[in-house]
Amino acid sequence: MRDWNDLFTGLDAGSGSATAAAASTTAAAEREGSGRWFSRFKDSMARSRRAMSAQLVVGAFDPEDAATWERIEEGLIAADVGVTSTVAIVERLEAEAAAGRLTTAQDLAAALRRIAAELMRTEQSDRIDITANPTVVMMVGVNGTGKTTTIGKLASRLGAHGHGVVVAAGDTFRAAAAEQLAVWAERSGAEFVRTHDGGDPGAVAWDAIEKASETGAGVVLLDTAGRLHTKTNLMAELEKVHRVLERQLPGAPHETLLSIDATTGQNGMRQAKEFAAAVDVTGIVLTKLDGTSKGGIAVAIAHELGIPIKLVGIGEGVDDLQPFDADDFLQALFPDDLLA
Amino acid sequence: MFDTLQEKLEGTFAGLRSKGKLTEDDIAGALREIRLALLEADVNFKVVKSFVATVKDRLADEKVHEALQPAQQIVKVVNEELVALMGTGQSKLTFSQRGPTIVLMAGLQGSGKTTTTAKLAKLLREQDGKTPALVACDVYRPAAIDQLKTVGAQVGVPVYEQGTDKDPVEIAKWGVQQATDAGADVIIVDTAGRLDIDEQLMGELVAIKKAIKPHNVLLVLDSMTGQEAVSVAERFDAAVAFDGVILTKLDGDARGGAALSVKSVTGKPIKFVALGEQLDALEYFHPDRMASRILGMGDVLTLIEKAEQAFEEDEAADLEARLRKGQFTFDDFLKQMKMMRRMGSFKSILALLPGIPKEIRNIDVDERQIARIEAIVLSMTKEERGNPDLIDGSRRRRIAAGSGHEVQAVNQLIKQFGEMKKMMKMMMKGGGKLPPGFGGDGGAGGGFPGLGGPGAGNMRAGGFPGLGGR
Repeated sequence: MRDWNDLFTGLDAGSGSATAAAASTTAAAEREGSGRWFSRFKDSMARSRRAMSAQLVVGAFDPEDAATWERIEEGLIAADVGVTSTVAIVERLEAEAAAGRLTTAQDLAAALRRIAAELMRTEQSDRIDITANPTVVMMVGVNGTGKTTTIGKLASRLGAHGHGVVVAAGDTFRAAAAEQLAVWAERSGAEFVRTHDGGDPGAVAWDAIEKASETGAGVVLLDTAGRLHTKTNLMAELEKVHRVLERQLPGAPHETLLSIDATTGQNGMRQAKEFAAAVDVTGIVLTKLDGTSKGGIAVAIAHELGIPIKLVGIGEGVDDLQPFDADDFLQALFPDDLLA
Repeated sequence: MFDTLQEKLEGTFAGLRSKGKLTEDDIAGALREIRLALLEADVNFKVVKSFVATVKDRLADEKVHEALQPAQQIVKVVNEELVALMGTGQSKLTFSQRGPTIVLMAGLQGSGKTTTTAKLAKLLREQDGKTPALVACDVYRPAAIDQLKTVGAQVGVPVYEQGTDKDPVEIAKWGVQQATDAGADVIIVDTAGRLDIDEQLMGELVAIKKAIKPHNVLLVLDSMTGQEAVSVAERFDAAVAFDGVILTKLDGDARGGAALSVKSVTGKPIKFVALGEQLDALEYFHPDRMASRILGMGDVLTLIEKAEQAFEEDEAADLEARLRKGQFTFDDFLKQMKMMRRMGSFKSILALLPGIPKEIRNIDVDERQIARIEAIVLSMTKEERGNPDLIDGSRRRRIAAGSGHEVQAVNQLIKQFGEMKKMMKMMMKGGGKLPPGFGGDGGAGGGFPGLGGPGAGNMRAGGFPGLGGR
C-alpha cells in the first residue's frame, strides 16, 4: 500500500497543535479507508485473476511447453497489456526460463511481476511535487474518463491535509460540468473559479492563479473539457490553456494528469501519445478500475511511452482515489497462484 | 476507423503481392501479421485465435500456394472470413407489424446512449420514413433528461419525460403509452448507463424490458473498449438478450475490434455505427463494407450511397456534362459544394475514402472554411462567376471587402479554382466517369480551393478533387 506521502512531495501532515488532533483523525481514517480500499481493489482484481488463471495451465510450469507460453501471452493480451509490451515481457521471461531460473509456477508469477514492474519504471518521477506555491495541476483526457470526479477527490484529499486549494472549472463545454465541480469544491472547502458556459478556459486558468495568490492557496486544480485526441482544434485549445498557465506563472502547470478509463483497450496508447504531444503529460490517472476491466493498458503506457501512473480510481466515493502502487497492482494482476 | 489494422494488413499483403508464389513460411508470416493486427485492434483474443485458425484451414484446403496469384487469394479468404465473422448482409431493425415499434437502449456509462438515441430517431425518420418519439428514463445522471430533450428538439422528435423522481420502469411504461397515443410508430427508450456487474441496475433494466416488451433491444458500445467488450456484451446479453449493437465514437482513431468480436462471441450483429458528434453521424452497419475497409479497399460503397442521397441525378448529369465541356464556373463550384455539404461533414466523407493517409484523415477540417469560400463566391457578380478572368485587382478588392476577407484569400481561391479546372479538364479527357466532386484516378494535386487554412495543414495535397486518388 502506497502512502499519500509517497505520492506527494511537500504534503502537509496537518502541522500545528490546533490541527494535530484533526490530522491524526485524518490519518486514522485514511488508514482505515486505505484498508477498505485495498481489499476492494483486491476484490476487483480477483476477477481479473480468475480471468487470467482461466487462461493459464493448471500445475507446474513447463518452460518447454509452447502451449504454456501461448497461454501466458493470451493472459497478458486479455488484460489489455497490448502486443508490444506482451512481447517484451514474454521475451524476458523466456530468457530467464532458458537460463534455468524459472522452474515453478510461483517463480513464473514472481518473474512476471518483477519484469512488469521494471518495464513500468519510468525516468519521469512518479511523485507529485506540490512544494511550489502555488502548484498548478491540470487535468486532461478523453470524454467520460473521469476528470471532474478525480479533481473533486484530489481537492478533498489535499483539503483534509490542510492545503488551501483552488478548484477551477475549465470545462466550459459540457452542460453542468461546472455545477458538478462546484459541489465537489464546496464539499472539500476549496475556493471555486468558473466562467459562463462556452467561456474561455484559458481565462478560467488565469483567474484560478489570481485567486490562489489572493487567498494564499497552495494548490490550483484545473479541470478541462473532455476531448477526443484526434480533434486537432480541441487539442490546440488545450495547448493554448497550457501556454496561458506557463505565461502567467513560470513552471506552471507543474503537473498535467491524463485520465485513462481502465476499460479502454489499445486506443489508450493513442490517447496518451496524443495528449503527451500536446501538453506534456506528467502522469496518468487510471480510472474506473472498479469494473471488470484489468487496466493492463497502464503497463503499456508506462513502458512504451514512459509516462508514470500516479493515481487510480476505483469508485465514486472520496476515498476511491488512491496513489498508484505498482506492487499492489501487479500482485493483483499476477498472483502467486497464477498457474493454479 | 481500423486505421492501424488496415495499415498492417496492407503492409502484409503489399509484401505478399510483390512475390510470385507463397511458401509455407510466407503464409505463416501473413497469419502472424493478421493475428497481431487484430489483437492490436482490440479484437478479443479468443476470436482472433479461431479466426486465424479458420483462415489457415481454408488456405490449406484451397492449396493456395499452388495457385497463380496466391496473395490475392489470401486477401480474398481473409475478406470472406471477416465478412462471415461480422455477420452477413445488413441487419435492419425489427419493425412491429401491429402498433408502434419499441426500441430499448442499454449500455455502460459514457458509451453514448443519449446522443445515439437522438441520432437513431433522426435516421429512422429520414431513411425509413418513420414518426419516432423518445422516452427519457435516465433518472440518475444529472442533466441526462435535459440532454435528451435538447437533442430530441434538435432532430425534431418529441421527448416524453417525468423528471427524476419517478421509477424508471414506470416512466418507460407511461412514456410508451403517451407516445403511442400521440401516434408515434417508433418509440425509443433511453436508459441510464450501468456497470454490467451492478446487479441492482441490471435488474432494473430487466424490469423495464419486461414492462414495455421492446421489439429491439440495442446495446450501445464504445468502440474504444478493450478486451472486456466481449464480456460486457455477454453480461448484457444474459440479462436482456439484446438484438444488436450500436458501435459509437468510431470518428476517433479507435480500431474498433469489438465489431469483429461481439458478433462472433454473442451471435448478435452490429446494427449501426456512430461516426461523429453531429446528429446525422449514424449509419447502418455493413459487414461487407467494413471487411473491405479492413483490407484497405476503402468504404467506397457507403460513400456512393451517401452521394446518391445527396445528389439529384439531373443536377449531377448536368454538372458532369459541363465538366466535360470544360465549362466549369464558380456557379458550378458553388453548386458542387452545396451537394457536398448535403453528404455530411467533410471529415466524415474523408473517413470513407480508401488510401487516404491517416495524417490527412485525422486532421480537423474547419467546416467554416467552406462557408468562407461560399461568402467569397457569393460576393462575385454573375459575370465574374462565369468568367473568372474578368476579376482584376480592383474587382478582387471589392470582392474581398464584400465578403469580409483579405485580398489574399480571394487571390488564393481564384488561383486554386484555376488549377482545379485545369485538372478536371485533364481528367475528363481521360474519359473516366466522375461522380461530381470526386476525382477519379486523379490523385495528386488539386485541392479544394481555400481549405488549406489553419488546421487544415496538408489538406491541399490530397484534397479535392483527387480525393479518390490512389
